[in-house]
Amino acid sequence: MSIEPSVRVEDKLFYNRYLVDAGRAHIKVRPHTKPSPELLSMLKACPARCYELNDKGQVEITVDGCIECGTCRVICEGSGDIEWSYPRGGYGVLFKFG
Amino acid sequence: MIEERFDAIVVGAGMAGNAAALTLAQRGLKVLQLERGEYSGSKNVQGAILYADMLEKLIPDFREDAPLERHLVEQRFWMMDDRSHTGLHYRSDDFNEEKPNRYTIIRAQFDKWFSQKVREAGATVLCETTVTELAQDAYGKVIGVRTDRADGEIHADVVVLAEGVNGLLGTRAHLRERPKPDKVALAVKEMHFLPRETIEARFNLKGDEGVVIEAAGTISRGMTGMGFIYANKECISLGIGCLVADFQRTGETPYGLLDRFKRHPSVAPLIDGSEVKEYAAHLIPEGGFKAIPQLYGEGWVVVGDAAQLNNAIHREGSNLAMTSGRIAAEAIFQVKSRKDPMTAENLSLYKSMLDQSFVIKDLKKYKDMPALMHTQSQSFFLTYPELVSRAMQNFLRVDGTPKVEKEKTTFKSFVKARSWSGLFGDAFRLARAWR
Repeated sequence: MSIEPSVRVEDKLFYNRYLVDAGRAHIKVRPHTKPSPELLSMLKACPARCYELNDKGQVEITVDGCIECGTCRVICEGSGDIEWSYPRGGYGVLFKFG
Repeated sequence: MIEERFDAIVVGAGMAGNAAALTLAQRGLKVLQLERGEYSGSKNVQGAILYADMLEKLIPDFREDAPLERHLVEQRFWMMDDRSHTGLHYRSDDFNEEKPNRYTIIRAQFDKWFSQKVREAGATVLCETTVTELAQDAYGKVIGVRTDRADGEIHADVVVLAEGVNGLLGTRAHLRERPKPDKVALAVKEMHFLPRETIEARFNLKGDEGVVIEAAGTISRGMTGMGFIYANKECISLGIGCLVADFQRTGETPYGLLDRFKRHPSVAPLIDGSEVKEYAAHLIPEGGFKAIPQLYGEGWVVVGDAAQLNNAIHREGSNLAMTSGRIAAEAIFQVKSRKDPMTAENLSLYKSMLDQSFVIKDLKKYKDMPALMHTQSQSFFLTYPELVSRAMQNFLRVDGTPKVEKEKTTFKSFVKARSWSGLFGDAFRLARAWR
């Protein structure tokens, strides 16, 4: 049986260019004690792995590596788990190729 | 507030927005186009294939200076299981024509060129500007937009929403719903760089010839999805996408899926030794005809991916985007020429013109395909690819088993996996949804 090598998303994001808007996260997670199933699914579904579980079992987001696909908006905005906006003009991911 | 008033504001500078802004400016309208990226293309992600016919309608001589990668002479469809693929390849020298029909492109470069054409036609293009909401009057009529710039509100007779698949403005203004997880796919893509000669040798190409591989099967782990490999001049676009609802349901990771696709024995040799220079992700509208929202209203129209105009079966999107942008602009020009106001009633001309075009006709033809693919994903993306692979291997492997017995084994494996009624049902449902 072959062993699946683990994928490091961080290495993938390292290829990309970003202009980070420090202190102005364009996605915010609503404070919660227990995360909803929608929010929990983002731990796996986010292609940039921006969502992580903290030691209290709450879901946190770090948007610096976000590639602005909108998957979390599609899954979580409806349930009110997150607030989603686009970064300010010029900020965020800067694709060289797209 | 910017005092200047515009005939039209176009939100977004992707394929649909650029087509709309260009057409409006060519017709002499005073156009403002707003784009949140540092330039047109810096936020845009696609495979990407360009369809010449739809661009020719906007810029007839585009081949003279557009940044094109390779013209496509070959298409490969791969049905994959974990160790094999069964292929259907079509290659023709007819595609080596004076004016080729399809090209691979790199969106960040192509869109920059397209945007230059929009400026040359006379539109004002303002980048690094995020539109935060639509400005509406007391009756709900859209009268302009608000941006994240200090001098916020800008007014126009009509706003063209070309804000992409994940457009916020239309949803915030309750003009259409947010896309649902079962109506959009999440695709992830990497750009693999290799020397030109290496790409040409590996893909059997000469000069600027190009090839596209579309792959489906166990690579999507039972989810509704597809992989793709596009040969550019000096790089390969490689990606895979599946329905967001399927990612949510299965807990598969997009990057895990991508890396398994890259390690597949049929794929790995193609990208061996390459240098990856970008990792991108993007949503793709997959709901088809039934997911198309309201396309126009008081003072607004919606075009391209924002209107979910994507043909998931033929993997066409940018041409539907360009065409809907152009048609919306032509409709606006007609209303404007008659000196009529930009009411919903007058702007309904856009929808009736779009209904007559290939855009809506094609989406209507496949209106039942998304539901079929989404509900039968296990059969179409796991069971059948595995059965076909086994059948092919059984057919090809020479081991002294009489052919009659081999055929029996293959038939039995199909019936065992799907039952007779399942097989006929699948064939019937597929034929009905396709016609």
